[in-house]
Amino acid sequence: MIKYDRFELANGLRVLVHEDASTPMVVVNVLYDVGARDEDPKKTGFAHLFEHLMFGGSINIEDFETPLQLAGGENNAYTTNDFTNYYIQLPAENIETAFWLESDRMLSLAFSEKSLDVQRKVVMEEFKEHYINKPYGDVWFKMRELAYKQHPYRWMTIGSELSHIEDAQLGDVKDFFFKYYRPANAILVVAGKVTLEQARGLAEKYFGDIPSGVRYVRHLPVEPRQREARKLTVKAAVPLDALYKCYPMAARTEQGYYVADLLTEVLGGGASSRLHQHLIKEKKLFSQIECYHTGSNDPGLVVIEGKLIKGVGMETADQAVEEELAKLMAGPIPEKELTKVKNKTESAIVFEDMSVMNRANSLAIYELLGDVNMMNTELAKYQAVTAEEMLETSRTMFDPLNSNTLYYYSEK
Amino acid sequence: MSLGMDVQMKSMLDRTIAPPIKDAIEFDLALPPYRRHVLSNGVEVFAIDQGTVEATMISWIFNAGNSWEEKKGVAAAVNSLLKNGTSTRSAFDINEHFEYYGAYLNRASHHETADVSLHCLNKHVGELLPVIAELITDSVFREEELEIYKKNSQQRLQVSLKKSEFVAGRLIEEYLYGSEHPYGRYMQQDDYQQLQREDLVAHFQRYYREGTCRILVAGKLPGDIISQLEASFGGLGIHAPAKGSVLPAPAIIPAAGKKYNITNDPNGVQGSIRIARNFPNRHHPDFQRVQVLNNVFGGFFGSRLMTNIREDKGYTYGIYSYLVNNIQESALVISTEAGKEVCAPAIAEVYKEMELLREELIDEEELQMARNFAIGTILGDLDGPFQVASRWKNILLNGLDEKYFNEGVRIIKTIGPEELRELARKYLDPEAFFELVVV
Repeated sequence: MIKYDRFELANGLRVLVHEDASTPMVVVNVLYDVGARDEDPKKTGFAHLFEHLMFGGSINIEDFETPLQLAGGENNAYTTNDFTNYYIQLPAENIETAFWLESDRMLSLAFSEKSLDVQRKVVMEEFKEHYINKPYGDVWFKMRELAYKQHPYRWMTIGSELSHIEDAQLGDVKDFFFKYYRPANAILVVAGKVTLEQARGLAEKYFGDIPSGVRYVRHLPVEPRQREARKLTVKAAVPLDALYKCYPMAARTEQGYYVADLLTEVLGGGASSRLHQHLIKEKKLFSQIECYHTGSNDPGLVVIEGKLIKGVGMETADQAVEEELAKLMAGPIPEKELTKVKNKTESAIVFEDMSVMNRANSLAIYELLGDVNMMNTELAKYQAVTAEEMLETSRTMFDPLNSNTLYYYSEK
Repeated sequence: MSLGMDVQMKSMLDRTIAPPIKDAIEFDLALPPYRRHVLSNGVEVFAIDQGTVEATMISWIFNAGNSWEEKKGVAAAVNSLLKNGTSTRSAFDINEHFEYYGAYLNRASHHETADVSLHCLNKHVGELLPVIAELITDSVFREEELEIYKKNSQQRLQVSLKKSEFVAGRLIEEYLYGSEHPYGRYMQQDDYQQLQREDLVAHFQRYYREGTCRILVAGKLPGDIISQLEASFGGLGIHAPAKGSVLPAPAIIPAAGKKYNITNDPNGVQGSIRIARNFPNRHHPDFQRVQVLNNVFGGFFGSRLMTNIREDKGYTYGIYSYLVNNIQESALVISTEAGKEVCAPAIAEVYKEMELLREELIDEEELQMARNFAIGTILGDLDGPFQVASRWKNILLNGLDEKYFNEGVRIIKTIGPEELRELARKYLDPEAFFELVVV
């Protein structure tokens, strides 16, 4: 049970406080309700590029890093398709430094041309390092476009192409900031060695006078239901053939999400999972195979991906995967297997919540999803899933007309 | 910017003035101690009992890394296949058992040591320990499992070899330590073919079943954890390190040439840059001093390398320098991936930063920043039983004790600019570095 207090400032900033006196540290986490899904299709990668610019100095503080490091703090940030999250961890005695830094960059950035110029280059190197200079690095660009026709999940957070980042202008940066980076669109979490009263005082002092901004209301195109099996073939200079399949799943807050999550565990969670046992160990068709889901707020994807053993045909491998899915659709999974995936989930939640940083992060995400108390009801939801629900969900989800299949061939 | 000043709060907040901070020097850092227990067979258990969550981590640390193997790749293969079959359980049975209880059973093979580690909820410990005892006494290494391991490892290696950073990581270690040394040698495709079941069984027998073992346990420990460990492990053939025994320390033969340019992928768009020199181990008095120098140089986001080469020039997504965590001998390594066309200027900037540290004194604010960052990191690192255990593991395996930790903190708090410049002159000499670019 994670305890927290919640309040809002007059400007709309939502604040969550989680007291934990057992740590000498405090975490200040600021989540902005904007991600790659909110981008203009012609200016993709912008939310993530923007995250880099948040470290390039704010209106009253030229340098973000130095004062934080002087206070013994560490920080980082990440951007997803759904949101952007910034976090600082520092000794509790120096908590005020984190409030000072985070509030000033919410008040306004410095909007420096130099920072934009450098971070464009840095992000382009990041793009190359992770997506170009790596075997199979382009898979998700292709897969997202195959699986999403309308919804902005069809592009990656890094952006759909290098030129979008190259072309980013300072005017875009300002517009983006004043549209999304406002108290009305932000969630502040303070966790660790802190009291509610202290956090409230600091929140008022540092964030209270920042103009509210207009609450952003999202109207994203809804992905129409898929009704045909989609297939794509790629050839590239990679050493091994690889198979990728994905299937649309429920949105984060729907009951179907929990069912799909457990199904991915049955298929690919650990070395006793079905795909590992049957396709790597018994049939020896794959050297690696995984099943996971994208876990996004809007309807995501269940993914199966594997590298084929040399000499195994793509169709044979694909068919073997489909046979495993057909088995799931044929009848309820055994009670023991269901208990196993639920126990694994319980354990994963306990270990994840051990770190105060993760707890702060999770509180922000659940608040974003509309109910911070989900943090404490998740496990019960997983535990309530029945074998019948698993069967039903797998029958709709793994319907071949829902499949997106990518054959990624090694080019000889 | 004025820092550390006491500011009278007015009704309007003056955002240009930083809030006062408590300095690193004022933080009292202590490594929480372990309790030591000895099982009937002499095996030592180091227990860290703290935390608020009903979960436990247990590591069995064997002297079974690749320094002990007689054939290349045997140590890693044995370690990896420990959960792939005993005389009474198949790989599937074993995996299913641990996963059924939501436990994580990991293996890792290093140079001197190889570990088995378990993370689980306290309520399941009793179901898991007896099976771990079985793995370390009765693993059988079936031919079929070995064949799958070989084939899948070869395929994985094929993919890794397409990545410049992987290739660069292997080559730089070969240059530093020599291709025969356990730190410098690495697997080729054919080496996997040479692995025989008998090699694995012999290594297992000698270094696990009757091997040198230490047990590290951490978490909000179950009250009977020691008696549970005694019941499962106290009667086995494992033993404590023999008195006066030393770890293997084979000859280190660094490469003769210093500069290397390797083309791994003609279509590559980035180069993996590694600039590295040999460096003494943790017992050398300069080790923890150079860690402070390294913090300033390239040890964290606010370091000089990052500030110059990423934040000013935009040549890379990230650049770091670090001291390698080796027992016999360390190395000082600078590592980055940079656009192919900016590799040369990026390397030039690295040497320029070395020169600045050799020539000029680090100013007080920068040093204070590096100090406070280092202390803040340790404070954060000591947060929680698993983190404390990992600090202790490192100290114990290097044959050190808490004095090493305390001395490290003292150095961070007191080392001065002159001493750091002396260290830079001694160690940041470009002549001593290997330089490698893999595209």
